[in-house]
Amino acid sequence: MEVSAGHGHAGLMEESPYGIPSGKLAMWCFVLSDAVTFSAVLFAYGYLRVGSPDWSTPFVFVPSILNGLVMTFVLLTSGLTMLAAVEAAKAGRTAAGTRWLWATCVLGALFAAMHLMEWRHMIEEGWRLFQNPLGGAVQFGAAFFSVTGLHLLHVVGGVVALAIMALGLRSGKYNRIDVEITGIYWHFVDLVWMFVFPLIYLMNAK
Amino acid sequence: MGKAFGVVLTIITLVSTAVFIFHGNLLWLPVDASAHGHGVDHQLMETMYGSGFLFVLSQLLLGLFVWQSSSRKEGWKYKTFPGGAKPMVVLAIVLVGIEILALSFVGSKVWAGIYLTPAEPQALPIDVQAGQFAFYFRYAGVDGKFGGLHPDKIDEGSGNFFGLDPRNDEAARDDVVTASLVIPVNRPISLTMHSKDVIHSFYVRELRIQQDIVPGLMIPLHFTATKTGRFEIVCTQLCGLGHYQMKAYLEVKSQDEFDQWLKQQEAAQ
Amino acid sequence: MSEATAHAAGHQHTAPTGFMRKYIFSVDHKVIGLQYYGLGLVAVLIGMVLSWLMRLHLGWSTLAIPGLEKLSPAGAPGNVMTPEYYLSLMTMHGTIMVFFVLTNAPFSGFGNYFLPIQVGAADMAFPRMNMMSFWVTLTSFLVLMAAFFVPGGPPLSGWTAYAPLSAVGQAAGPGQGLGQSLWGLSIAIFCVGQLLGSLNFIATTLDLRTKGMSLARLPFSTWAWFITSVIGLMAFAVLLPACILLILDRTAGTSFFIPAGLVINDQLQPHAGGSPLLWQHLFWFFGHPEVYIAILPAIGIVSHILPAFMRKPLLGPRVLVGCIASIGFLSYMVWGHHMFVSGMNPFSAILFSVPTLVITIPATIATLLWIGSVYGARIRFTTASLFCLGFVSVFISGGISGFFLAQPSIDTYLHATYFVVAHFHFVMGVAAIFAIFAGTYFWMPKMVGRMMNETLGKIHFWLTFVGVYCIFMPMHYLGLAGNVRRYAAFTDDFLAPLIPVHQFITIAALVTGAAQLIFVFNLIWSRFRGPKASDNPWEATSLEWSTATPPPFDNFGGKQLVVHQEAYLYGVEGASADYIMQTSPETVKTS
Repeated sequence: MEVSAGHGHAGLMEESPYGIPSGKLAMWCFVLSDAVTFSAVLFAYGYLRVGSPDWSTPFVFVPSILNGLVMTFVLLTSGLTMLAAVEAAKAGRTAAGTRWLWATCVLGALFAAMHLMEWRHMIEEGWRLFQNPLGGAVQFGAAFFSVTGLHLLHVVGGVVALAIMALGLRSGKYNRIDVEITGIYWHFVDLVWMFVFPLIYLMNAK
Repeated sequence: MGKAFGVVLTIITLVSTAVFIFHGNLLWLPVDASAHGHGVDHQLMETMYGSGFLFVLSQLLLGLFVWQSSSRKEGWKYKTFPGGAKPMVVLAIVLVGIEILALSFVGSKVWAGIYLTPAEPQALPIDVQAGQFAFYFRYAGVDGKFGGLHPDKIDEGSGNFFGLDPRNDEAARDDVVTASLVIPVNRPISLTMHSKDVIHSFYVRELRIQQDIVPGLMIPLHFTATKTGRFEIVCTQLCGLGHYQMKAYLEVKSQDEFDQWLKQQEAAQ
Repeated sequence: MSEATAHAAGHQHTAPTGFMRKYIFSVDHKVIGLQYYGLGLVAVLIGMVLSWLMRLHLGWSTLAIPGLEKLSPAGAPGNVMTPEYYLSLMTMHGTIMVFFVLTNAPFSGFGNYFLPIQVGAADMAFPRMNMMSFWVTLTSFLVLMAAFFVPGGPPLSGWTAYAPLSAVGQAAGPGQGLGQSLWGLSIAIFCVGQLLGSLNFIATTLDLRTKGMSLARLPFSTWAWFITSVIGLMAFAVLLPACILLILDRTAGTSFFIPAGLVINDQLQPHAGGSPLLWQHLFWFFGHPEVYIAILPAIGIVSHILPAFMRKPLLGPRVLVGCIASIGFLSYMVWGHHMFVSGMNPFSAILFSVPTLVITIPATIATLLWIGSVYGARIRFTTASLFCLGFVSVFISGGISGFFLAQPSIDTYLHATYFVVAHFHFVMGVAAIFAIFAGTYFWMPKMVGRMMNETLGKIHFWLTFVGVYCIFMPMHYLGLAGNVRRYAAFTDDFLAPLIPVHQFITIAALVTGAAQLIFVFNLIWSRFRGPKASDNPWEATSLEWSTATPPPFDNFGGKQLVVHQEAYLYGVEGASADYIMQTSPETVKTS
């Protein structure tokens, strides 16, 4: 005899208090945990910034802040395409859902590419994890690369996940719930950027 | 089994408590040689009485109830504690709550007196440096000014522990550097503590005072010694393999003896 | 309810075949639970041997310990432990015990085995992720063990790894090279494993409860595992980046935790601008919830086991769950009590002291509930119930010393003395271990199908109960005398007269340690020769006792359980027996 918990046999189990599938609940818990991780790194950044009398503010509008604004626009747009993907998947429009997933994936990759270009520009100017070409606190480089690096890692991970999701949606391996779960993650990555951008870029504008 | 548990627990409780009470001079607080020491000791003793009472009471009650349980026969109809959980909740909140409030109120005053008040203006300023694995102390000398610190100039071999630069820094020329902390009795002392490498800590049991010395920070600490004598300053923050040996002596002298000692030190500079 | 409500049962419709699938790379939560428990057992034996080595050295600092030179020629030339090797062994002792024993066994071990069963599920919500979390944890353990064998040996900065000692690298001393980096890497990996485990526990508790198993009917152990998972989710999330930043300071030249101007071994360090206190804030923001992660499952397990042997429900069950939850909640507000004299603003000491003292209240309530439950009971004295009663006693002892340390004005004297060592060993090294013992004697019959030997068990209990008091009670006296901790030897004037006390403690530790071998022998002997266990040898009520011993691969043999009762219906007036199982539909007329 098969054990079948869930799969439509709601009468055999207690209602989940949040009324959402386990996968989604787990992703929300992961997001909560990851938010605490980012908070810890941002706390470290803030602690060191406040404690450094010679903190540098090197970001000139062109190119740094402008680049950051464009990156923000790209990421926010990818959030919109993600929403579209989820809506399409929910409505059963698999082909459209796949297309929107690819769009999100490409926008995420574009964000990552712009970010890496910006890193290259900073490195060429002499910035390192342990080096400040302007002679101020070396913590600037450490904070900048570690905070943005952690975020970039999450973006790249998300891009890979989106590609896998797009392929899987088309082949039928993944369903609308999986798309939603990916959406939660992607929106979280977007949300983190909305903290990183003001705290790292705008606060250190010249 | 239940009787055995009750008996053993009672013995453990009474023996443990007895050692606290009849401790002799060995296992106990050393002499209090500090102006603020009585505040700390008082707080400690109040807590000791309160928690000692609760410790004995709760362990003996546990032992008693377990003892009682073992003499009951199979089929015994259990009894619920009168009042159920409510008296427990009320007792805990009220009893512990009152103790917390009382102890916090008094304790914060003791704490603030040591760490949140500035040193008195006439306190004797002494500079303290901790490093793997020794403490060094510095007096301002005749000019009353401390010389600047230059880590790149630290040279243990030639005795320049603080990294002073007497050649270029006038104020550093007469600074007195010692390996013992010598102070006059009944006079406020204001320490400024810094570390040359890792975190250390300054602890004198008889002064009832402890403070971590953190590299990158200049940490103030003040106290007044009320008894003459020789006491040990030991490092209490793990700093490496020599941590257990890292210590210095605190010598509390009479004002006259201290003045004499300081004059000698200054003359030798 | 959507089609993806729960995947758990869907994964295990047929039993796994083949040795690898059944015992090594298994997705069955029961196997994973046993794997975690086994890891905990190996870890505690290693950690215990380390403690023997430490105690021998502390009692007799020039003692030549046979075989030590083979383990580390540099650390113990002529078999005599160097001070730096003492610190390395101490560091590994603390790290192994806190992470791989106390976070592992009561939580990942018993929790993995019994949480799904106690809620009536066929497996965890994400069985494959569950398997991964074990292998990640095992990897973490192996990386840590490697530190024993690399040049320089294990790190010597303590399990707390304060910077800059831990951050500047080789210059700071032996073991601070590769050993410390391996430590950081191991702990970072451990965090990942714990996070994955927490996700599973939370999803399973909320989503996979069988019909009738409302949250109010959950056993205390499940509540404790669930609340602990939530705490862990946010605590390990801070330790992970802290370890990464530490590794960056050590290998990538950053200065998160290292200020300017440090001169170590006559060399000016190239770092600048970092803060050692930042490490402490990050570490203790994790570290304090961590110690509650160690004790809350223990509280849940003891509270779960006691009613079965008192044949009466626990006093105030909902209050107890409230205590567990409030301790968990408060645990996030108190981390600064580890830092009263650290150099942080002394005013914050007062702020941290208040919630620390407030935690005393739910802890006291829980203790009174246990004592009040024993009142008027007739206790069945088995090894499991003895360890539960012993737990209450040592929890009181450990909690009381915490009350001293929570006050900054007292901590100024007692910080970094043996008083602190006594405190945390009583609550973690004794109380939580007692709960693991109680859980083992209680649940081993269900897990392996054989009863453990009760005579050996009782001998184990008595030797251990008296032994731990002989070991750790004297440490309070040492602390009050100002005996500083983490010292490899006692050379200061005021310490020399205290050495006989240390020798007494060492002897007690060795005897008590030997008594644990009785437990290990009992475990192994009973596994193969113990009398076969019935499905419900303790006549207990929760769901693990309503299935076969040991449970089949899908826990309930294809049956869908329906729960009708709350968890601890012992001694109900007018019932057909002196206990009503949770699955029993019996209704009893209440007056």
